[in-house]
Order: sequence, then structure tokens, then C-alpha cells
Amino acid sequence: MGILEVKGVNKRFGGLQALGDVNLSVEENTVHAIIGPNGAGKSTLLNCFVGKLIPDSGSVMFDGQSVLGRKPYEINQMGISRVFQTPEIFTDLTVLENVMIPCFAKRDGAFRMHAIEHVGSEAAIREQAEQMLDDVSMLDKRHMDASSLSRGDKRRLEMAMCLVQDPKLLLLDEPTAGMARADTNNTIDLLKEIKDKRDITMAIIEHDMHVVFSMAERITVLAQGTPLVEDTPDNIKGHPKVREAYLGEAQV
Amino acid sequence: MEEILQQVINGLDRGSAYALIALGLTLIFGTLGVVNFAHGALFMIGAFVAVLVSDLLGDIRELGSADDFFKLVQVVEDPTQTDFLGRPLSVETSYWVVWFGENFGNWLSDWSVPIAVLISIPIMIFIGWAMERGLIRHFYHRPHADQILVTFGLAIVLGDLIRAMYGANPIQTAMPESLSGPVDLGVFLGYDVGTITYSSWRIVYFFFSMTIIAGVFAFLQFTTFGMVVRAGMADRETVGLLGININKYFTLMFGLAAAVAGVAGVMFAPIQAPSYNLGMEYLVPCFVVVVVGGMGSLPGAVLAGFLLGIVQSFASLPTWKTSLVERLGLDDGNLIANLIIGVDQIAIYLIAIIILLTRPRGLLGRKGVMED
Amino acid sequence: MLGLNKKDFSLLLFVAFLAIAAPFLLNPFPASSSLSFLNAGYPALMQLFAIFAIVLIGFNILFGLTGYLSFGHAAFIGIGSYTAMWMYKLLNFNVIIAIPMAMLVTGIFALLIGWISLRRTGIYFSILTLAFAEMAYRLSYSVLTPITGGETNLSPDPVNDPMVLKSEGGLTVPHLFGFDLNAKTTWEVGSWSFTFEAGYYLCALILIISFYIAIRIFRSPFGMMLRAIKSNNQRMSYTGLNTKPYMLAAFVISGVYAGLAGGLLVAMDAQAGAERMFWTESGTIVIMAILGGVGTLLGPILGAGAIKYMEKILSSISESQLHTWLGILPDWLEDAMVYILANFFVGHAWHLTLGLVFMLVVIFVPGGLVELGQRIGNRFRRKKPDTAPSGETTPAE
Repeated sequence: MGILEVKGVNKRFGGLQALGDVNLSVEENTVHAIIGPNGAGKSTLLNCFVGKLIPDSGSVMFDGQSVLGRKPYEINQMGISRVFQTPEIFTDLTVLENVMIPCFAKRDGAFRMHAIEHVGSEAAIREQAEQMLDDVSMLDKRHMDASSLSRGDKRRLEMAMCLVQDPKLLLLDEPTAGMARADTNNTIDLLKEIKDKRDITMAIIEHDMHVVFSMAERITVLAQGTPLVEDTPDNIKGHPKVREAYLGEAQV
Repeated sequence: MEEILQQVINGLDRGSAYALIALGLTLIFGTLGVVNFAHGALFMIGAFVAVLVSDLLGDIRELGSADDFFKLVQVVEDPTQTDFLGRPLSVETSYWVVWFGENFGNWLSDWSVPIAVLISIPIMIFIGWAMERGLIRHFYHRPHADQILVTFGLAIVLGDLIRAMYGANPIQTAMPESLSGPVDLGVFLGYDVGTITYSSWRIVYFFFSMTIIAGVFAFLQFTTFGMVVRAGMADRETVGLLGININKYFTLMFGLAAAVAGVAGVMFAPIQAPSYNLGMEYLVPCFVVVVVGGMGSLPGAVLAGFLLGIVQSFASLPTWKTSLVERLGLDDGNLIANLIIGVDQIAIYLIAIIILLTRPRGLLGRKGVMED
Repeated sequence: MLGLNKKDFSLLLFVAFLAIAAPFLLNPFPASSSLSFLNAGYPALMQLFAIFAIVLIGFNILFGLTGYLSFGHAAFIGIGSYTAMWMYKLLNFNVIIAIPMAMLVTGIFALLIGWISLRRTGIYFSILTLAFAEMAYRLSYSVLTPITGGETNLSPDPVNDPMVLKSEGGLTVPHLFGFDLNAKTTWEVGSWSFTFEAGYYLCALILIISFYIAIRIFRSPFGMMLRAIKSNNQRMSYTGLNTKPYMLAAFVISGVYAGLAGGLLVAMDAQAGAERMFWTESGTIVIMAILGGVGTLLGPILGAGAIKYMEKILSSISESQLHTWLGILPDWLEDAMVYILANFFVGHAWHLTLGLVFMLVVIFVPGGLVELGQRIGNRFRRKKPDTAPSGETTPAE
């Protein structure tokens, strides 16, 4: 029984079958990659996990509970955090404030009317956020505006914002898209480091095979909205069906 | 049935005005991505072009009025007529009559509003051009809130400029004599004489606006210019990538939208005497129209314009309201009864709220427009 | 102090000083001097400064922090006014009942309107708030006349109104526990004359408290969440926060501020009319916010003061005054200038000037007076060799 169990998920957009009978199981404490050519339905599937889309049929169970019909914030409160293709951070706020907000969300829940307390008096939250920034070696930048960070640092900050909530499942939507090789390698190192330090499950959607094969413990190959194979990286390499799906797309 | 028909027809002229203003708003928003709060002011300026032209042409029925800002009249003291103190009375005669004789001079002033339509087109295109070049252009890359605010400021300035020139009171402008009477529409539909009547000028207004709308759509459909504009409305970035100098098109687009609002205003002047806040008065409902139609959808704007015009006309029909109040058994002083009677005041806002809540993108709106 | 850091506390002290010393600060010219028309230290005008400052402080919590532009805020002022007026009519003239009730009722309306309007964002939200305000205005003018007085403003009628809490021979003007708010004392110092009115000081006190609460909100986790919503709504919901109640709370708080101001208007002058809810009034609130500097603590207060001051001064300048000032010019130029100024910029036409100033601000200094002040300050400082790096970023002042 995996921490994320997807059973028979279907999703149509008008006449287009985006997802057809997807079954997937993500085991706890593994790095599970979902790969596939463009238009295979990877992002659609991910959006079904986080409450942005609701499948037409099927079930998505997280930690024994269904996520379907829940709002994104409720699903986050259940323990799923998400990293976006382009880093989504609070650009008008400082780096430290960016990390404090998820701390508040974790401690106080989806809403709390704390309009009179001073942010500065929340020492525990501040410490927690600073600790996290230290972990991703950004502590010295904590008073900078998030908008002035480099792209790599924005990615780092977004990871910190997700990790500070100590999620059970971290969803990564092409975390290295558009990055130079050096940045990609840094991101891989960062993710590996995170994985080593804590008990966390990761599901990665990725185009870059270098990333996938250097991290993933299990891989699901999606093509035209349906899973082709699910196996270990070694078995995926050179799998005939996968070659077929990627024909001309990328060298596997 | 007759009553319903009569209300539908009654709603048409206001609906036409809404549709024309909303059309221009949508053109500007769809192509330029600018929310133009000064668009009502363009409508108002159009109406004042009608006032100006009819002053210039020596409006024969308005001689001696206080608001003659640019009036071409000859003032002669006529010793044959005297006022109550026995002084000779000054008589005003339009110069056009002096120059071209009674017939042509009077014809000119009688038909001043239709003539004003022709004159207004270059004026409005120029105003639109100046607005886009001088102001709007610098706001393409600023947030929507800034665009709203600066055009709101412009609307105040334009309105008060007109007030400074023409005063705060509405100014009557006459329609041509031959078009001022009523027309018995019921007869054409087989009803008795007098069941459905309508002012002929309003019929003219309706057909006029239909022609303009059709013209704008044809223009967008069949010309290269229109093709670029439509492509720009669908996907601005791509059109920019095609190497087309889109700025030139934007300026023209703005001029066109201004002209549409302007001629709508000119022709509306005889229906509602314009005052400096006519623009503001129509802007608010027209925004509702645009939003109800769906931001960025031209057919949506036209549809919603007529729809809301007709809704407003129905809401002001007393018979159904009184019968509803009676059926509910409410007495005159009752609050609910009062609200039902007064529903014409708020009908379009109620509709707007309902539509926005049930169809978030309006009647014909596309996904993702203005939702940041 | 008071749970504020040093900088915020000095800001609070500054505002308190402005409010308390306003009768002096706004009366710099002796009554007999030719510049005395620039004075603004009259109780009626100072009350408006304070009351609109309160509206703007509240508006800023919504627009400044969350970026949601409400185009119907004046409706809440109107609702507050009507409520306070009905408290006079039904109970008594003590503002200690009228003002809190105005806040409460406005809060309920804000909750309702906000709950519906906040289903949409961007311009759709603006249009919804505008639609509600227009409805409120039109209904108050027409069919709600029994409640609102319609075209003839609503005012108390000591003979026919119930006024159940009014004691025999009790005051029939707004008062605070029997203390007449119109009570004035005047100081004559040389050729200056300073007027102190109880009503103004009530407004000033409430302004200071309102400002203090606003600072607390700005610096609270709640305020931080609102800024985060403005910055990135999507990340907010994927961070496990429900943005809806945060937004609604901000909307209601800002509505209550407007209701408080509406109540205060009626506490100063016992009448309430529908024109307070007209959408140009809402527009003026937006203009004040922009002019002062949206999202800054001090800006909206400055904006409210600046617009109200401009209104008073510009609309009071007469043609003969213009003639005296421009007397040194050749006659033809003088006449032409006076004609243009009198017809287009001052007196009745002052709105034109307001519109122009507003446009110039939006075009050139989007940050309003506060940004202007900072720019001038920077220009000043740059002349001296300043070593302090400007990299230190501080959240909204």
C-alpha cells in the first residue's frame, strides 16, 4: 500500500482524453518519477493530486484518505507540498517572510485571525524559518526581497517553503525546466541532500532524463494519458515500449 | 403580448447606446489590454459635438438660449417688434440663412444632428489618436489598476472641461423635424392603431447603431487590418512575433473605438439632452455590459448591451410590478413592495451580479481574461 | 512601546501630533492677512480631514495590502451614516451608541457584500463592488425613502421620533454622555484665532486609535498573509492557507473603518444623505489612496488631507481674488489668465484640477506623496557623502 494510490483515473477535456485509466502507486520514502513525451498527461495527472483538477472518474487516495473534491489548501494541510515549474514565491515579501508563511500555515491551519499580534513576537516561527533557510544555505539572504533573488535561489527558496512544512509527499513539476546544466546539477544535489536528511516521499515529473535517472527509485512512463510501464530505472532503460513512446523524442 | 413587445422596443435605443459603447470598450480591451474608464467621456464628447454643430448651424428652434457657446447668428434689432418696455427687440438670424437663403439655411439647422455625425468622425478619430499617443501608450506595460486609475482621471478632466465650457445643465438638441414624430409600429404587426408606437428618431437610432455594429464586424472580418486586430485579440504575443508593427494598429484601433463611441453620442443627443456627466452616467452600466458579455468578446458586448437595455426597459414597466405586489398581498408602505417597485433602478446591477456569480466569464467570455 | 517597534511608534506619535496640533498647524496665517484663505484650521474642515483619514486607513488595509480595488467603498460610509442617524431617531443622541452601532451594521453589510464580491478577482471584483454601491445609492434615493429620507436628507425630528432613551429635556444635538460635541473654545493670540472643538477632538482621538490598530494589523501575521495574497495568490493556496477568509476579514475590517467614518460624519453634523454613496465618492477615495501612496501607512492619511484641502482652497478662490494676484500682469494677459483659471481650474471647476493632479500622480509618481517625499529625501541625501547602503529593505512603511 503506497502513500499515494491512484486508481482508474480518467479525465477528458472536451473530446480529448487527457488521462485514461491511470493506476499508480507511490511507495513511502521513495523518489518516484513520472516521465513521458509531451502531451502525455503528466501535468494533468499532477493537477489531479493537488486539487486543481478533479478527475471524471477514479480515485486518488493519499495516506488512506481521498483527495478528490478537496481544495488545494486542504490537500496541502493533509501533507502534500508542490514545487512549480517556474518557482512560485511571494515576490513582494522578504526571503524570511516567504518561509515564515508556510510555518504559520503548518502551525495555525488554513486560517487564523491573528491581526493584533506582532510578527516579531513569533520567535518560534522565526527560528524555524531561519533554521530552514540555514539548511538550504540561504540564511544570509533572509532580509532580501524575494524578487531580487537569482533563479536558482528562487528555486531553493521555493523548496525551503515546501520543506519547512515537513510534508509527507513533495510533488515536483519539472523542477529543472529551463535550467542550465550547472543549475540542474545543483538542484539534483539539493534534492538528494533533502532526501538523505529526512523521511520524505517525492514524486517528480521530469523531462530531463539525466535528472530522472540520477534520482528516481521507481519510474512510471506515461504515454497518451495511460501508464505504459512502471519499474525500476534499470529496467526502464532500454525497455522496448518506452523506446516506442519516445521515438525520436529523446535518447533514453 | 403587445405590452411585452412595446417594452422590448423601448429598450432598444438604450440597448443600442450600451452596445456601441461596450463595443468600443471591448475593442480597446481586447487589442490593447487596456481598461478604458474614459470611454464614457468619448460618448459624452460625441453628444457635445452634436450640440456644437447644431449651434454652429444656427439651431432655429433654440435661438436665444443661454448655452450658445459657438453660435453663428446675426443679431439685428428689429424696430417692428418691441418688448414690454417699448424697446426694439433683438432678433437672431442664423448666418446660414443670411448667406444661403431661408430654405437651405433652415434645412441645415434642422438636419444638424445627422450632419454632426459626419463631422464627428474625424474629430473623434483625432481625439482617440491623441489619447492613445499621448497617454494610453505609456500604460500598456503598467498594471491594470494603473490603467483604470489614469483613464478615470482623464474621464474627470474631460467631463469638467465640458462643464467649464457648457455649464452643468443638460442641453437640448433637436432632431430633424421630419423624424421627430411617433411611428405606429403595431399596425405593421397586425395590431390596432396606437397599440405599439415608437418615436421615429429612436427607430433611426436603432438602425443606425445596427449599421455601425455591422460595419465594425465587417471591417474586422474582411479587411487585412481587421484580420490583424482579430489575431491580436486572440493572441497578442504571436502577432507581435509576426513582425507586424502592432503599435500603428493600436493607434488606429483606438481611433476607431473613439469614433464608434462618438457617433453613438452624437445620435443620442436628441434622445437624452447631454450634460457633462453623461459619460459617467453611461460608463458604469457599460462596464457592467462588458463584464456581463464577457471581457474581450465583441459579440458578447453587443448581445449584453441589447439584453441589459431591454431588461432595464422591462424593469421599469409598472404593470407586472403592481400585479406582483398585489399577488404577494403587500401593502403600499411595505419595504419589499417598495423594492419591487424600484427594481428598475437596480435591475442591470442585479443581473450583473447574478451573471458574474453563475457564469464567471460572462455570457460569451473566454477563459483567463483579466483574472490575474 | 505599545507593541510597536521604534520606527512605527514614532510614526504613531507623528500622526498623533498632527491630529492634536491641527488647529495650530492648519492656521499659519493671521486672520487679517491676504493669505488667510489658505488656512484650514476650522473645526468643520478638520473633522473632514480626520474622518476621511479614517476611511482611507481602512481602505488601505484592503487595497494597499491585498491589492483588491474596491470601487464601491463610499456605500459603507453611507450605511454607517444612516445607521447612526437611526440610533439618534430611535434611542438618543449619545454617539457612544450611534458610532459602535454604525460600525456593527456596516460590518454586517460588508460581510455580505464581501462574501459575494470576493468570489471574483481583478476587475470583476471591482465591478461587483461598484454594482453593489450603485444599488445602494439608487435604492436610497428612490424606493428606500422611508429609511433614507431620499432626496431630502435624513435628519432627526425631536418632536415625532421615538428617541426612547432620551431623558426629559435631554440634548437634541449629538453628544457624548451629555457633553455637547459642538462645544468650542477660541483662543485669540495676536491677530491669530485658533478654534478648538470637542467634536474635532473626538475625531482626532478616534483617528489616532484607528491608525494604531492599522499599524498593528500591518505588522501582524495577518497583515503578512494579506501581502502574500497580493504577491502570489496561487502559492498561498498551495501553502495550505485558505485565502478566502483572510480576504473577507480584510474587506470587513476596511468596511467597518468606513462605517465608523460614516458614524462620525453624523456625529459631527446630524444629517445623512444618499449622495455620500455615489460612485464618484468611491472614486475620490481611490484617488486619495493613490495620491497619498497605496500600501504605505502614512500615505492614505496624507492623501485624504491633501484632497480635502485642495477641494476647500480651490473651490473658494474667486475671480476677484485672481484679479488681485495677477494684477502685475498686463491687462489683456491678466483678463485671459483669470478667465481661464476661473472657468477651468478653480471655484466650481476645481474637479478638473483634481483630475489633472491625479493623472500626473499616476503617470509620474505611482507611489504618491510618500514616494515623492522619499525621492526628494534621496536627492537631498545624495549630495552629502552617505555611506549607508540602501540595500536594507524594509516592508511597507
